[in-house]
Amino acid sequence: MKQLYFLVFVLVLSSFNVFGQGISDQSRINGSFQIDGQFYRPDDAIGITDSVIAGRKVGLNGFGNITYTLGSFTAGLRYEAYLSPISGFDPAQEGNGFPFMYVAYNSELISVTAGNFYEQFGNGLILRSYEEWTLGYDNALSGIKVVYRPYKGISLKGIYGSQRYYWEKFERNSRGIVRGLDAEIDLNETVNSLSGSNLRVIVGASAVSKYQRDGDPLYHLPENVGAFAGRINLGAGKFNFMTEYAHKINDPSAMNNFIYKNGHAMLSSLSYSQKGLGVVLQLKRVDNMSFKSDRGVSGNVLDIGFVPPINRTHSYSLTARYPYATQPNGEMGFQLQVNYKIPKGSLLGGKYGTGIAVNFSQVNDIERNPANDTTPVYKSGTMGYKSDFIKVSDHVFFRDFNIELDKKLSNSWKAVFQYMNQYFDIETLQGKTNYEPIKAHIALADVTWRMSSMRSLRMELQGMWTQQDKGNWTAAMVEFAISPRWFFAIADQYNFGNEKISLGNEKIIKPNHYYTGSFGYTREATRLAFTFGRQAEGVICVGGVCRQVPASSGLSISLTTNF
Amino acid sequence: MKKIVVFLFLAAIGMSGFAQQSDIPSVTIKTIKGQNFNTSDISNDGKPIILSFWALWCKPCQKELDAFNEHYETWQQETGVKIYAVSIDDSRSTSRVLPLVNGKGWEFEILMDVNGDFKRAMNVNMIPHTFLIDGNGKIVSQHTSYFDGAELELYEKVKKIAGIK
Repeated sequence: MKQLYFLVFVLVLSSFNVFGQGISDQSRINGSFQIDGQFYRPDDAIGITDSVIAGRKVGLNGFGNITYTLGSFTAGLRYEAYLSPISGFDPAQEGNGFPFMYVAYNSELISVTAGNFYEQFGNGLILRSYEEWTLGYDNALSGIKVVYRPYKGISLKGIYGSQRYYWEKFERNSRGIVRGLDAEIDLNETVNSLSGSNLRVIVGASAVSKYQRDGDPLYHLPENVGAFAGRINLGAGKFNFMTEYAHKINDPSAMNNFIYKNGHAMLSSLSYSQKGLGVVLQLKRVDNMSFKSDRGVSGNVLDIGFVPPINRTHSYSLTARYPYATQPNGEMGFQLQVNYKIPKGSLLGGKYGTGIAVNFSQVNDIERNPANDTTPVYKSGTMGYKSDFIKVSDHVFFRDFNIELDKKLSNSWKAVFQYMNQYFDIETLQGKTNYEPIKAHIALADVTWRMSSMRSLRMELQGMWTQQDKGNWTAAMVEFAISPRWFFAIADQYNFGNEKISLGNEKIIKPNHYYTGSFGYTREATRLAFTFGRQAEGVICVGGVCRQVPASSGLSISLTTNF
Repeated sequence: MKKIVVFLFLAAIGMSGFAQQSDIPSVTIKTIKGQNFNTSDISNDGKPIILSFWALWCKPCQKELDAFNEHYETWQQETGVKIYAVSIDDSRSTSRVLPLVNGKGWEFEILMDVNGDFKRAMNVNMIPHTFLIDGNGKIVSQHTSYFDGAELELYEKVKKIAGIK
């Protein structure tokens, strides 16, 4: 068989040469490569003993990607190896192979992909397949995807396939099958009389269904679960309005304790912006909306839909220490953000102007009432509960008020200042028991001194004050960079004021320093970085999905490149 | 499955078109107004293009774009360079992108790569990741990470491909 492929390959190549068209003129090969390694050492002071390491002294995650393009055709492969996965990744990641390969044809009228692919309908409420390397998250679909554009402004998509579940091969009835359709119309493009209109209108609708066999001995479960969503995007001058509503039929699962209630989700935003000023208000309601292609699993796997958290994603270590994660079983939240640039030359703006960003968000639980007089809320095999669409529970999951100033002080000094006030229900959001909700004040300064045109020194100083969880933290960092290639940094996070805090069943903890030293070299798209020191226990979140990272100590290496 | 893929891979090679390849792949993403945008339409009348991947949660990305913005008027006058800033924010934060862009007064073309399709097609593993593309769509240089001053080195390269000393 292999010889046959080779023969075809040679024939194809030679046929091109006959016509004097070397395929090298039209084809392109590119790709990328990354390897993240960690070497662990015992560190008793932060609780890492030989038994915690358990012989796995090295963790290595790596991938290589290659894409071949020739005219309208594309083919790609991705190899991954987690031998063994670095700490904090799911042990089920351990393994190696080609989890992602595809071929695709792409024209203005139609695109077809066969193999593995990613896709999102609208905001992703009922379908989003994507990957996030830093989290080890990948719910790629394996199947067929077709995108058809029959007329200007109209786009129709159809997909079907099974989802990636680490390295477990899809077999008959091993997990669900996902099918979906999506249509989107940009009215200003499709309807000629609207082409010059100041009102921009884009509407879309989608339907997704999953099939999973009912093998349950106790309940009669729906084998086909349908979900439907509609969306509209309106723009008029400086205003923009977007809303999407999704409905899912009853889908008893391990995530909702096998109740038969329908689910829904709503996401809306209204924004106003002009040069120097932007305002956005977002609202969200989620009710029983976990949608996975295996009703038996929980955790960050096999998600078909994606309900985004809408609070600000923070960028500094302490402001990002307690990140919010969507509660698919139910939540109601809002967010308001204002960005303003105080003009140059004004009293507060100074010589260079000052940027201000203010952000407030809060998320509460939804109200749940018994479905009838005799059934407790969330009882398996029942309708579960009733919930009024506009009623909010008193139970606050999360609150975040933050204000940020961005100021250029002179040609060589720049600074960012931020204050944040946070409320975080750690029992709900991180599944811990006997913990008080965290109330924290956080303040930080990030100052850059440009020593010369290519040399800069950046200093970060952060403080977090709280009586709960692990108590107070300070963090300091100094980074020296020779742009664009070299950087050297030293940092320390100090956890203190925790001597009197009793953590659930855990022992009382001692103050601790988490120091690191790092350096890196970047040339073009090749970056090599080393970090040596201690990593505090925490949560890493990217794009709304979070991963718990245990404390670790040792050396980390990261190498990335592309071609 | 693997055999089929390999076969189709070869078939793809066999049935190719004859168009000249630019280094910018054709991927459908969105404009900041929510309209579909094919990335092969990224162009600048034969003048240089800077293509920078960023996100709301990425501080160095915003520092880099702030630095570009500070010089953008001068750069455009001198070389005609055009800057595309591709946000890889997903639906959790897409509606905050336009207010931030306007709040910061950025004048770039903003594109929205909400599910990372363009990012993957361009082999972007980490952000900020900035490409310099010449008038024929060829990638002249690229760089990941940003430190103060990197914009000066980049602009030297822009001037070189624009034919200005």
